[in-house]
Amino acid sequence: MTQKLGERIIEAFLFVSAATAVTVVAMITIFLVREGLPVIVKVGVANFGLGMKWNPIAMTGEPSYGIFPMIVASFYVAIGSLVLAVPLGLACAVFLAEIAPAGVRSIIKHAVELLVGIPSVILGFVGLVLLVPFIRDHFGGWGFSILACSIILAIMALPRIISVSDDAIRAVPKDYKEASFALGATHWYTIRKVIVPSARSGIVAAVILAMATSIGETMAVLMVAGNVSMLPSPIYDILDPVRPMTANIALEMNYATGDHAQALFATGVVLFIVVAVLDAISHKALKSKMGVER
Amino acid sequence: MVENKIEVESRGLNLWYGDMQALKDITITMPENKVTAIIGPSGCGKSTFIRCINRMNDLIKDCRVTGELLFEGRNVYDKSVDAVLLRKKIGMVFQKPNPFPMSIYDNIAYGPRLHGTRNKEELDRIVEDALKSSALWHEIHDKLDRSALDLSGGQQQRLCIARTLAVKPKVILFDEPCSALDPISTAKIEDLIGNLKRDYTIVIVTHNMQQAARVSDYTAFFLLGELVEFGKTKQIFEMPEKKSTEDYITGRFG
Repeated sequence: MTQKLGERIIEAFLFVSAATAVTVVAMITIFLVREGLPVIVKVGVANFGLGMKWNPIAMTGEPSYGIFPMIVASFYVAIGSLVLAVPLGLACAVFLAEIAPAGVRSIIKHAVELLVGIPSVILGFVGLVLLVPFIRDHFGGWGFSILACSIILAIMALPRIISVSDDAIRAVPKDYKEASFALGATHWYTIRKVIVPSARSGIVAAVILAMATSIGETMAVLMVAGNVSMLPSPIYDILDPVRPMTANIALEMNYATGDHAQALFATGVVLFIVVAVLDAISHKALKSKMGVER
Repeated sequence: MVENKIEVESRGLNLWYGDMQALKDITITMPENKVTAIIGPSGCGKSTFIRCINRMNDLIKDCRVTGELLFEGRNVYDKSVDAVLLRKKIGMVFQKPNPFPMSIYDNIAYGPRLHGTRNKEELDRIVEDALKSSALWHEIHDKLDRSALDLSGGQQQRLCIARTLAVKPKVILFDEPCSALDPISTAKIEDLIGNLKRDYTIVIVTHNMQQAARVSDYTAFFLLGELVEFGKTKQIFEMPEKKSTEDYITGRFG
């Protein structure tokens, strides 16, 4: 009898632990929406999401809460980081999984893990004192720019892309490799035509997850973005400064009041939705077999 | 003993995995357009042996080979032999059907594309020929763009045979091709092997003695990495010279 009671207590405890995570997510969602929604309703969804002007403390006239340039900025720097990190990360993963001898593999693996451990504020600081002046001196512009953000975010995205892609490639059945070799294929041809395509769903999931993380990153981005809430001009000028959504919240939260504070929460709502959608896509990519048996 | 020209021949072949010797002084001749079966209990080195012929053992670390394995008059372990080109001429069908996770068409076209065939009509013809030769054409000719993984196990294995044929090899190695299949699929593969020997030299590893007796012209019996007996299948099964061969064939061990 007591044994049965003990089991029950443990089960109940485990359930409460599991429920905590869900509860926290639910509460944050409710809180964000409650704080952010009124101002969105007040200024209008279109004015908020597509508005070009962010001027929350207007000296004269009405304040404006348009975050469109920030939404663009968040995607811009995240996609920029992927453009840099995906080819490099994928190449590194292929090398690790298929080519590197055990010793080299373990060294690189450890280095990659170490890269994950670097606090983002350190990366931001390095970006601020090295990268920004470098860009200013060699490419022109102010230095604080989309390019600087993308490079810092790429460094942060690399380890994730590498380790998830490495796992995906190593999960490809050995049979495929043998079959390809037995038909007279070289190792490189086999990697290109069979191994990487078979690992595709895992790699896609890794990339989308990396994008979600890049969009959510705050501190490093804040330090090198320049934080000007305007669209780059011309739109493809990656040397222009931008203000991603995360930076907007972090910069203004400590002095914002009233509608202004709510507008920052509303920015958070948008950010939350974007990251949640990307997360869902990533899960879907991982689940869809795309013809690959696992 | 052998009337046909010798296609593949091993002379004093030894193989080590690290310190463990897996093959000891194997000497066998495999004649052209004949089926040579390699039989023996698990772990006797029979799969290791046929993987020497197309150098698939190169993929295994710490694997070392001495002695000669002659194909087209050259030792395939000679430094001047390119294993990639060798495998084009010596195809292999594996124990577990292993089609690529692509369409049926792309599976068969994989080899020809790899070796430089780009022309669509030519590829179509090769795919059709390969599927006809592997007796799959009438079953799947209308679903070539479907995933190969949707086929049954037996169909997948015949697809793997078709994929091998599309490269136009001279020798086809079968490494226990039916061990994962049901009896009907097995019978189809055996029929196929009987037909294929007109055009190809075949070496088949099997742990099914009836299968060896049914499909092969010559049989080699391996035990603990050594070749115990080699000869015409009829003779090996009816009048084996060695006691251990007889014991194995009659099911007394293994």
